[in-house]
Amino acid sequence: MRRVHQVLRAIVEPGFFSDPSVQLAAVVGGLVALVAGNVGVFTVIRGQSFAGEALGDMGAAGGSSAYLIGVAPLWGFIAVAVAAAGVMELIGIQRARGRDLATGIVLGAGFGLAALLLYLGTTFDNTTGATITILFGSIFLLERSILAPALALGVIALAIVLVLNRPLLLASVSPELAAARGIPVRLIGGLYLIAMAVAVALSAVTIGAILSTALLIGPAATALALTDSPGRAIITAGAVGVGATWLGLLLAYDSYYWPPLHQGWPVSFFVVTLVLIAYLAAHIGPRRRTVR
Amino acid sequence: MSHEPLTVPEVRETTLAVEGVTVGLSGRTILDDVSFTIGRGEFTGLIGANGAGKTTLFRVILGLLAPASGRVRVGGGERSRRDMGYVPQKFLLDPDMPLRGRDLVGLGLDGHRLGFALPSRARRRRIDAMLDAVDARGFGDARVGQLSGGEQQRILIAHALISEPTLLLLDEPLANLDLRSAQEVVRLLAGIAREQQIAVLISAHEMNPLLPVMDRIVYMAAGRAASGTTAEVVRSDVLSGLYGHHVDVLRVHGRVIVVAGTGQDEHTAIDASGHGPGTVEIV
Repeated sequence: MRRVHQVLRAIVEPGFFSDPSVQLAAVVGGLVALVAGNVGVFTVIRGQSFAGEALGDMGAAGGSSAYLIGVAPLWGFIAVAVAAAGVMELIGIQRARGRDLATGIVLGAGFGLAALLLYLGTTFDNTTGATITILFGSIFLLERSILAPALALGVIALAIVLVLNRPLLLASVSPELAAARGIPVRLIGGLYLIAMAVAVALSAVTIGAILSTALLIGPAATALALTDSPGRAIITAGAVGVGATWLGLLLAYDSYYWPPLHQGWPVSFFVVTLVLIAYLAAHIGPRRRTVR
Repeated sequence: MSHEPLTVPEVRETTLAVEGVTVGLSGRTILDDVSFTIGRGEFTGLIGANGAGKTTLFRVILGLLAPASGRVRVGGGERSRRDMGYVPQKFLLDPDMPLRGRDLVGLGLDGHRLGFALPSRARRRRIDAMLDAVDARGFGDARVGQLSGGEQQRILIAHALISEPTLLLLDEPLANLDLRSAQEVVRLLAGIAREQQIAVLISAHEMNPLLPVMDRIVYMAAGRAASGTTAEVVRSDVLSGLYGHHVDVLRVHGRVIVVAGTGQDEHTAIDASGHGPGTVEIV
């Protein structure tokens, strides 16, 4: 019993479960990973990962302007990501190629703006905290007041993906088949873009704007290698995302005690690395089923 | 006492009626007063070169495109999408996508409904029966993107049929299939039309694979259509009228070849993929 306790202590540093900032990080981080994983399965099926990336980059501009005016970055992330989703829907809906171009233009503009805002922020502040928080996230520094809005937004995004599940899947697989069944393909696509913007904004809060698509795409891409069924892919992606986030939190917390610096490594690094490891393991490890 | 020869009036229950449909897109006439009917359980080929207006006609029948004039009736009454099963021309799915054949067939059953499909034995049995009906049970659990063209067509046909339509529309299902797969798909569709009394409208730029099973033909050229039995339609005078210039219809070893002749040039037979003034496909 005593030995078990010692082993456990070696893995989980004292205070991990009782620390309120860790608790908040675990709740928000888990929720966000669940939303991003579920939404991300459709991002991959629809081939819109580039759009997700653009939403994250635009979100960076929103988050940094929110920081500049003293509002929680979440509101900046969400406002700009949803607005960007609307613009992408309006200007690039006709052709797949047109969508790529539109996304590229939005992406460049977003990052340029973020660069300016972050520069202004750091100049006024004389710290680089804003840059790190916006771009790479700082999940242990979340305010408790973030919990309710994050929960509400997460529920909205999840509801879109779960309630629209079947028509969204058919419209993602083949817009023609969906249209022939009377499914409003464009409306569904627009609603899905909103869900994606919300998922990206939430991910930006936990692991940063630049890395936000890692939580969107990574667990989903891992799930696609592990299962042939769309329903199971959604469940698997959520589990991979939540697992990577929670394990990342644990490792980051432990890393405060790691030599030589005893400084603590960023959570985002661990989460993204764990997602990559899961992805690689899924592709190399168990032979994927190819029934032919 | 003389009798009129006894003729049994043809009882033909109309499943699809296309009445004077005209469609213009950006000043160009795509469909020009197209009219035809398809009876219950009839296997009908919609034949024409690329650009003849076949896909546009399907979009009008499905209600995805409103015609400038004319109308479409399905089952003699109001059109309902439940009455129609559709297999689109282009279906490309990445082999990595997590979608099995049975998932796609299930989406044909209830893909328009909200929420998840709850697993139930009845639903599973119905999907299995549908997969059996198109000889797709063996690969129903494989990812759709990893199937061959012919296998994908079977899955798509099952997707279209599982909602029990009275009319099955297929846009160029034989394109990109090798000869054997094409013959198998045609045989499958002909059986469905005959046994389940489902009207089948299948578009193709090549009529020969369909000749043995076609009950009726709708021949399209330059947005106009002629319809009837193959004997009535595939004739030099009818097709010449449709094309607006002289064409010859040759029958060689049970195959039909349509040849354009201008009278001055040599007779030119141009491949189905070619289009332009005065070009006619070999079919």
